[in-house]
Amino acid sequence: MTTFFEARQLVSPGTLLAEGNYQAGFNVYRENGKYYASMVGLADVRNNMISVIPLRGCYIPQPGDIVIGKVVECISTAWMLDIRSPYQGVLFASEFLSKPLNPLKEEARRYLDVGEMVIATVIAFDRTRNPSLTARDHGLGKVHRGTVIDVDFTRVPRIIGKKGSMITMLKKETGAQILVGQNGRVWISGKSRDEEAIIAEAIRKIEAEAHTTGLTDRIREFLVNSRR
Amino acid sequence: MSQRIVPTVKKRQIIELADSGKRMDGRTLTDYREIKIQTGIVDKAEGSAMVSIGGTKVVAGVKFEIGDPFPDIPNEGVMQVGAEFVPFASPDFEPGKPDEVAVELARVVDRGLRESKILETSKLCLIPGKKVWIVHVDVYILDHCGNLIDTAALAALSAMLTATMPEAAVEGENIRLTGNRLPMPITGIPINVTLAKIGNRLFVDPSLEEEEVLDCRFSVAFKENGMLCAIQKGESGYFTPEEILRAVEIAKDKSQEIRKKVVELLKLNDGAVGGS
Amino acid sequence: MEELKTRLISDDGIRCDGRRLDEIRPIKFQIGVLNNTDGSAYVEWGRTKILVGVMGPRESHPKHLALSDKARVEAYYRMASFSVEEWKSPAPSRREVELSKVIREALEPAIFVELFPRTSIDIFIEVLQADGSTRCASISAASLALVDAGIPMRDLVASIAVGKVEGKLVLDVQDKEDKAGDSDMPMAYMPSKNAVTLLQMDGQITHDEFIQSMELLKKGCLEVYKKQKEAIEAHFKGAISNVEEA
Repeated sequence: MTTFFEARQLVSPGTLLAEGNYQAGFNVYRENGKYYASMVGLADVRNNMISVIPLRGCYIPQPGDIVIGKVVECISTAWMLDIRSPYQGVLFASEFLSKPLNPLKEEARRYLDVGEMVIATVIAFDRTRNPSLTARDHGLGKVHRGTVIDVDFTRVPRIIGKKGSMITMLKKETGAQILVGQNGRVWISGKSRDEEAIIAEAIRKIEAEAHTTGLTDRIREFLVNSRR
Repeated sequence: MSQRIVPTVKKRQIIELADSGKRMDGRTLTDYREIKIQTGIVDKAEGSAMVSIGGTKVVAGVKFEIGDPFPDIPNEGVMQVGAEFVPFASPDFEPGKPDEVAVELARVVDRGLRESKILETSKLCLIPGKKVWIVHVDVYILDHCGNLIDTAALAALSAMLTATMPEAAVEGENIRLTGNRLPMPITGIPINVTLAKIGNRLFVDPSLEEEEVLDCRFSVAFKENGMLCAIQKGESGYFTPEEILRAVEIAKDKSQEIRKKVVELLKLNDGAVGGS
Repeated sequence: MEELKTRLISDDGIRCDGRRLDEIRPIKFQIGVLNNTDGSAYVEWGRTKILVGVMGPRESHPKHLALSDKARVEAYYRMASFSVEEWKSPAPSRREVELSKVIREALEPAIFVELFPRTSIDIFIEVLQADGSTRCASISAASLALVDAGIPMRDLVASIAVGKVEGKLVLDVQDKEDKAGDSDMPMAYMPSKNAVTLLQMDGQITHDEFIQSMELLKKGCLEVYKKQKEAIEAHFKGAISNVEEA
């Protein structure tokens, strides 16, 4: 049992990480009892599990994830949503409307048109079919106000922070509603457009400085200074 | 080409059978299927050959045309190899422009012939810097049962070896065809050998069902003096360097065996191997 | 004629550009150079200059080309019309079609394609200036562009060519040596898998020279591999630490 890296060492595909009785976590693959990185990122071992925190990559849906999707196509009883993933999300009418939609009598786009944003949860996904979404739970649904910004999906954990520390601080300092989609989209609804712009800038800052320490304090300071 | 779905049991079967040195069609791992060569089958071509390896059938024709030389080699004739996939040869072939598979095939066959320098292109010059013979060597895939590269290479070679060239009388800027035939300025018999890697074994002359499950293939051409003159690794798997060294060893032996056969078969047909 | 031909290798084994027989040219990789791709890389390899952009994994278009069990990888190797001595038609030649195929086949074994069924990964390669070994430079730069796109891979693919010039084997063939030489043999290699993913040869070499070439190619690929790792280090280390230093 040996690991060949220092904590949070930068690794890239093919880098030998460990040998022996470990578990392969995210972005790590096993071959002949050896563990290699499959992605550029920071190597990490926790509870015997070797993983690589990715620095690049695309969003792969997981059931239970909250995502923010953009409607790109209306079909008779469903919508196709761009969720910044290789796979488009499918939102069936029954997972969005509280009453049945009869495609012979009314068009789906009356309720949700191309270009509109939806906050939804991933119900199921196994890569053989498109991920199916639902927007019927509390807090989900069409985005009516505020703004949506795209962020690098690998920075999402940092925007949320440990046990939600960063996002809690952002909300507390600004009083705005903020929702971070796992797919790298953030919905911000503040008291004013100025306020929303400041929050968006703070999030850009988190994105850029994601892998540095003392970030939460620096962001708080930034917010205080900006709103003076 | 459309996606081909091969049952996984087939691959397992082929690999496990190979453990005891056997193949689905009864061959050993280093056997070729039966090779047949018929030459002179198209009168209108200056040279032609129908070659089959097992069920794979390829016809090749050689045509001469007067044309312009390449600017960087103004006093040399030009050889051009083309490959056509006839749609009836396989349900996977689609009519239309040659796709990348056909382009690769033509270029691999071309390389084997060109790099072995069997054709003396300097003897194909008519008016230096202005007019030269262009030799078109076109292979048509008629029936695809695996190992197109070796079959096509052998067809092209056989057609070239048995071709004759038209005699031309040059008077100033005028070129007149005398109607006589001259031997091709050609010497040598480069042989291409292809192996497939399936699991971690090498299969000489892969059949279609072996090709459907192969990880990758390796083709190498040998001259009669043992020189290597062209290599192509194909498909999206990989070889270890050790496997490649072994493949070259095997191919060297097989190339000698096939060359003997070519000499024998072409003599049987018309008694001529190459020009002068 | 023979006397007038300039020699490409001196008596003490120095090549026309000052390199030793087994010395590679200066190679400089840069990662993340384009804005509209998912990943990109640029390489200057001697005088050869190549830009690579990767798009994907993304939904396959047209849809009927999608593969149900893995991602469809396509490579498009193209030479700019001004990249060579004489103007070249921008329409893809047979050479470009074949090279696109073998480049794709050199890179695909590195990619975990099975993780992205029904998607496409497109690798666009534009040769801006060609001075030999463009397929090797393309493959080496493309694997960095794939890393930049965050596509899961088994290893980086490093590539280099060995040629036979004036009877001697030389590593990393440049255009002049390729044109005058007796053979050219490019290889692509994944060092940590001991996997050869591309091997081609044209020209004439003996069996012994072939065996020596394989050794030389392995050594060359390892040197390219090291440069690739350095480029990754330089690009991503910067992204992590730039703030703390500021």
